[in-house]
Amino acid sequence: MTTDLTRATAAELADLLTAGSVSSREVTRALLDRTAAVDGAVHSYLHVDEEGALAAADAVDRRRAAGEGLHALAGVPIAVKDVMATQGLPTTCGSRILEGWVPPYDATLVARLREAGMPILGKTNMDEFAMGSSTEHSAYGPSRNPWDLDRIPGGSGGGSSSVVASFQAPLAIGTDTGGSIRQPAAVTGTVGTKPTYGGVSRYGLVALASSLDQAGPCTRTVLDAALLHEVIGGHDPMDSTSIDAPVPPVVEAARRADVSGMRIGIVKELTGEGFQPGVQARFDEAVQHLVDAGAEVVEVSCPSFSYALAAYYLILPSEASSNLAKFDAMRYGLRVSPDGVDAPSAEQVMAATRDAGFGDEVKRRIILGTYALSSGYYDAYYGSAQKVRRLIADDFTRAFGSADVLVTPTAPTTAFRLGDKLDDPMAMYLNDIATIPANLAGIPGLSLPSGLADEDGLPAGFQVLAPAMADDRLYSVGAALEARLTAAWGGPLLDRAPEMDEVTR
Amino acid sequence: MADLTRDDVAHLAGLARIDLSEAELDRMVGELGVILESVATVQQAPTDGVEPMSHPMPLVNVTRPDVVRPSLSPDAALAGAPDAEQQRFSVPRILDEE
Repeated sequence: MTTDLTRATAAELADLLTAGSVSSREVTRALLDRTAAVDGAVHSYLHVDEEGALAAADAVDRRRAAGEGLHALAGVPIAVKDVMATQGLPTTCGSRILEGWVPPYDATLVARLREAGMPILGKTNMDEFAMGSSTEHSAYGPSRNPWDLDRIPGGSGGGSSSVVASFQAPLAIGTDTGGSIRQPAAVTGTVGTKPTYGGVSRYGLVALASSLDQAGPCTRTVLDAALLHEVIGGHDPMDSTSIDAPVPPVVEAARRADVSGMRIGIVKELTGEGFQPGVQARFDEAVQHLVDAGAEVVEVSCPSFSYALAAYYLILPSEASSNLAKFDAMRYGLRVSPDGVDAPSAEQVMAATRDAGFGDEVKRRIILGTYALSSGYYDAYYGSAQKVRRLIADDFTRAFGSADVLVTPTAPTTAFRLGDKLDDPMAMYLNDIATIPANLAGIPGLSLPSGLADEDGLPAGFQVLAPAMADDRLYSVGAALEARLTAAWGGPLLDRAPEMDEVTR
Repeated sequence: MADLTRDDVAHLAGLARIDLSEAELDRMVGELGVILESVATVQQAPTDGVEPMSHPMPLVNVTRPDVVRPSLSPDAALAGAPDAEQQRFSVPRILDEE
């Protein structure tokens, strides 16, 4: 077991804490010190809550000393994406329009973390309102990839991926609307899960696209993801789309790591052409590992996936244009008066505020959504997209008739350079080609590292998809593959990441 | 169809209550045109007779007993307001003057 507390997994920390070998304060302190040393370079955090995290750590240490029964992850610190409402802690969604806003309530997910006794280290950076694949659309500047600081850490949850990849936290919360947990995991050599839609409460998650959004774990190991999944999952009466059923047995599946007899489906449309050779090569090797572990490979076809990106970029902007209408400068957030107007009207103040407070990508998507929903165009755009969504869900249903899980490379490429795709929105959107179908259908997906691409020595991601409410299968496959790959590499992939130069803030 | 004009974008920005500058309008016309051309491919999908899908799972209305339960205090609810007065959100005038 590792002695460096910043490099220990959440499962290892939980054991050390339970055994009384370390205190939560020691762990929390070590992680905060790591942040002080490296986050000037990585910029994972928008806000660090040193005082609150240490107070929560002390509280759990006292409860443990008093012999109270504690949650398995009690005392293990966590970072939370800045899209989740946190009482008493700023929540900006990476936007100027919410700069300095402090929510008066906790998201259900955050309340569950607090109830489990997990100190919240801070709020992680993200593309503004989760719109992007690189964090370059954050109003507060991009996060950087610990493997190469000139490259993107993925998006929108690049703060959460980089915070675990740079050993500033063993666990983080992400949200995934079209890949914002899985694609950042892929490009940083970490693990991320998008649970089944409705599996984790959305209450207090600032909505991007309500029918697609789902929060989930960002971690360095598959078991850690399962442990966190279990804490945050389960029914919530405050979310009308929350599934009223037990959390699937994700931790048990991760511990058993058994794929013998499992049918693994390779999606014909999400392999080969369009994927970087090194990403494809690591994917092919990973599939062979699963075969060696006793799984059977079948090929499946999902012909409607070729329309998924187009449908997604109609459905998402449509829902976003409606969800973001609440930023009206009246009840919270920024209020800007238009220049040179005496006694401006509420409408003029709203328009001036939204121009000043929203970034380019948010404006683009709101206007696109407004167009797609406008009378005369509704049937041609939003209506057609909703029909394509049905075709995609039907493709999944058929595929899961012959396969227990589906597998694809998570993202078509490794991390690209900051700035490379910033001026070309369509090129940016293509990063999500393999992750979007799961959000449209509401099924769960997990990404774990498959190795380093030969061309550039950067991490590639392997995606596992399962039917709705069969999230446990993600962890069976993920843990089995992780065990074999880690053995083949002689240690975790992140051990090969360059040491971070210690840069003071 | 996918040929948005500058006037169209200005109109949409007005509907969306975003006061775009002239420079922003110029830039956005081109960008939106490219995106629209790409997303318009949904119209080529074989969707005859396909039931639209708005949501990943069947939606049911959720209700709870109509009893009082704890909620935000007025102070907490107004804490983030740009302006507040007499326990209310204070807002700019909402009617035109003419």
